[in-house]
Formats: sequence, C-alpha cells, structure tokens
Amino acid sequence: MKYLILMHVDPEILESLTAEQQQAIGAGHEAFMAKTTETGEMLSTHALGAPSQSKVVRSRNGRPETVDGPFAETKEFMGGYYLVDVDSEERAIELAKEIPDASIDGLALEIRPVMFSAGADI
Amino acid sequence: MSPAPHEDLLRARAPQVLAALLRQHGVGQFDVCEDAVQEALLAAHRQWPEGGVPDDTFAWLLTAARRRMIDRIRSDHHRRERERDYVELRHPLADAAVVQTDDSVQLLRLCCHPELTRSAQVALTLRAVAGLSTAQIAHAYLLPEATVAQRISRAKARIRAAGAGFPPPLGPGDRLDPVLDVVYVMFTEGHTSSAGDDANDIRLSDEAIRLARLLQRELPEHVEVAGLLALMMLTDARRAARTDANGALIPLDEQDRSLWDRDAIRDATEILDDALTRGVAGPYSMQAAIAALHDEAPSTETTDWPQILVLFRMLEHATGNPIATLNRAVAEAMVHGPDAGLATVDALADSRGIPDGKRLASVRAHLLERAGRSAEAIDEYRSAARMTLSIPERDYLLARARRLEG
Repeated sequence: MKYLILMHVDPEILESLTAEQQQAIGAGHEAFMAKTTETGEMLSTHALGAPSQSKVVRSRNGRPETVDGPFAETKEFMGGYYLVDVDSEERAIELAKEIPDASIDGLALEIRPVMFSAGADI
Repeated sequence: MSPAPHEDLLRARAPQVLAALLRQHGVGQFDVCEDAVQEALLAAHRQWPEGGVPDDTFAWLLTAARRRMIDRIRSDHHRRERERDYVELRHPLADAAVVQTDDSVQLLRLCCHPELTRSAQVALTLRAVAGLSTAQIAHAYLLPEATVAQRISRAKARIRAAGAGFPPPLGPGDRLDPVLDVVYVMFTEGHTSSAGDDANDIRLSDEAIRLARLLQRELPEHVEVAGLLALMMLTDARRAARTDANGALIPLDEQDRSLWDRDAIRDATEILDDALTRGVAGPYSMQAAIAALHDEAPSTETTDWPQILVLFRMLEHATGNPIATLNRAVAEAMVHGPDAGLATVDALADSRGIPDGKRLASVRAHLLERAGRSAEAIDEYRSAARMTLSIPERDYLLARARRLEG
C-alpha cells in the first residue's frame, strides 16, 4: 500500500527555530530517508519552495488564468512529502511519527492513501 | 505476453535448483545461492532459444548456477578458505539424483519466514520460488525496481540473521497457514491489467495459482492446499465476465455466465471434491465450496443460497472473521429476505467488530436497495465510494447510486 505523507509546515514556526533545531531537523530527515530506503519502504520525497513562489492556474469564465501566490489563504502550507510503500496504515503512521516534524508543535504530517500510480519511476 | 516455450520450464526449475544449492551450502548462503540461480536463469534465457533446450534442464541450470557461485566466491577475497569447499564441485552432477526430489514446499516456507514483513515474503516468494525477475515484480506492484531489489536483499539478509535452517520436510503437525496466506494475498492483490506485449507484464493471480499448483503436487493429501488452489481457480474462472469493455466492474448477479471458464471450473471442482473426501474442510476449502456453488449455478436465482448460508456460518465459526459475517448477511438476504440480512449487518456495525468500513457500507447499500429503501441506499453507496481506495470500485458504487436516482 502506498501512502503519501504530507508535511504541513507553518513558515512562522520554521523561522523561529534555532540553528541547532534546524540542524537537528535536517539530520532527522537524513536518518529517516536512510532508514526507509534500507527497509525498502521509501519511494521518493520532495521538498517544496515557499508559498510565495507559488503560481495558481484556475478557470475564469471557462478559460485557464494564472495568478501569483498560494492556492489557499492559510498559515500552514505543504512543505513537501514522502511517498512510501508499506504493509499497513499503522506502519505509515508509525513512520510519520519518526519524521522530526512530528515532534515540533505547530507542524503536522498528513497520511493519505494512494489510489492510482503511473509514471516513469514505477 | 506469450511466454517463450521454455519459460514455464525454466520457472518450474528455479525453486528446485535453488533448493539444491541451499541444501549444499546452507541457508546462510541464501543470497549468494539465489543470485546464482537468477543468473543461471538469465543464461538459459539467452542460450536456449538458439542452442536448443538441454536434455536435462535441471542439471544444466544447477551446473550454471554453481559456476556462478564459484566465480562469486573466488572474487571474494575474504572467503578464500571457502574455496576448498568448492573443489568438490568439479563433478557438479554427483548429487543431482539426490536433489531431484522437489523441495519447493520447504523453500516456500523459508520465503514466508515469520521474521519477514508481508511485502517482503511476497517479493521473495515471487523471485525465489516463482522465478520472476526483480523488474517483473516491480512492474506487477507498480513500484520502482530499486525498491523491490532492496526489499529482496534485505529479506535474504534477515533470513540469514534469523539463523533459519532449511526447513525440514513438513510434518503432520506443521502448519502451512503462513504460506497459504502469502499465496492468497498475492492472488487478491493480483489484478494488474495486462497491457499485452510488455515482457514484464505478470499477472499476479496467475503466479499465485501456479504456486498453489506446485504445493498441491507436492502435498496431494493436504485439504487446505487443494482448497486454496480450487478457490483461486474458481474465482479466476469469472475473470472475463468481471469487467466490461471499459474496465468497469460487473457484479456477480449481472455477469454474463457464458463467459466463465467452464474447463477451469470443472477442474477446480474436481480438485475440491477430491480434497473434501480426504479430511476436514478448513477456511480455504469452505470458501472454495462457496465459490463452486456460485460457479455451478446458471443464475443468481438458481444459486443454492441455503447451502451458501450454511457454509458462511461454518466459516464464521471457524475463523471468527467479521468478513464472513458480512458475507453471511448477503446469503441471509437471499434466503430470508433483505431485512434479515440488514439485521445482521447492523448488528455487526453496532459491535464495531469490522475494520473494513467500506465493505460494510457496500453490503449495506446493496441490501437497502433490495429492500426498496432507495434514499438510504444512495447515501450508503456514496459513503462506501468515499471509503474505497480502488478507482473501479468507486466508479461502480457511484454508478449504483446514480442508477437508483433514476
């Protein structure tokens, strides 16, 4: 079963972290990637640019139009994701708890099952 | 893909050759042995089409695999002392006669080692026993090849670390359940649609049936092995009728039964009947008996629902599995009317004994529809559609809801 573990981050919280904390998070992600690669559960991961870098294409009068900025006006945005393949939802949750973000108040991980896959990497 | 003429032969030989190597070198060498067998299979793929199939394919593959092992070990400086062990291999066929007895069951038990996760058991079984390549397994599961390769090598390392010995022959008290469960999981996951001409297109359901046949050949007295094989054959026999031209799901009661594979149904029914004269039916045999009753009936109306109801009660009693209760509710609805079925479903929902909310909602929706409670059925179909992780199933449930809306 493939699960997408979405990393919901709040830019304010990220900016308020000390250098040590940021380093610890970085190291934690490294360790998480190494471990899930070794177990054969990791498929891919991507980190995303800040919401200020977003463009949104949406329909206006039935034609696509581009605007600057994020899709939703919220404090939290999706900072990236891990795509894993695991035996159960319990295991996906267990893995999500090992991601450093899971131990920082104000950050969150959302675990969502994948229904369909296609592409060159599978 | 139509397999090359020697493809089936090669894949049948793979576990025999691996078992022979493991007997000689021990499970501690599992990874080296398994790699050597894979390389021998590749060599055969390359050489046999042009040079012809050797008279003794087993001996040919065993020799090729042993050569690969010798090369591997020679190139490994840390294992110089091991080379002495291989001097004896100059007569590689000296013990061929001894290992012609098929060890596939023991190999399957090793691949389904309890130390391994379910996905590792399945991947290792497909590679070591079914003789599939890592690329084929990755393709069947829509996973990157590197992920599957890593899973397999880790599984082999775990078996080595667990100090697993080559399992002794199956005794009367030994349980085969883990192996049967792995094979059935493979079957139920295995609805990869075949695009047709991709060399990596593997139908996992076919692999599972092939493995069950292998088990059944070696353990002809084992009721549950025959039950599992029959269950999968009887389910697979409906494959052509299960989807329409667009890939949309067609429920059992609307399937064109003339598309069912009658030969497979006859063979499977014989296997099952024969097994049931030998001993007590277990869960797989009971489910096979239910599948046989469906497959033998000309229509839903003429299906022996009272007998199916009895079998689901037995299955419930034997396994305590709530899915059996849910299926009993469907049979109850057919025998005693939809309200009887709904009462069972609602009791199950109240007891919160079922982990699979989607199945419960889907069954409840069908029963509400039968009972003529359309508005509730529409809600329940939509609710089930939101819970499912299968796109064809979601589309089917939404179509049922739309159909009721008129």
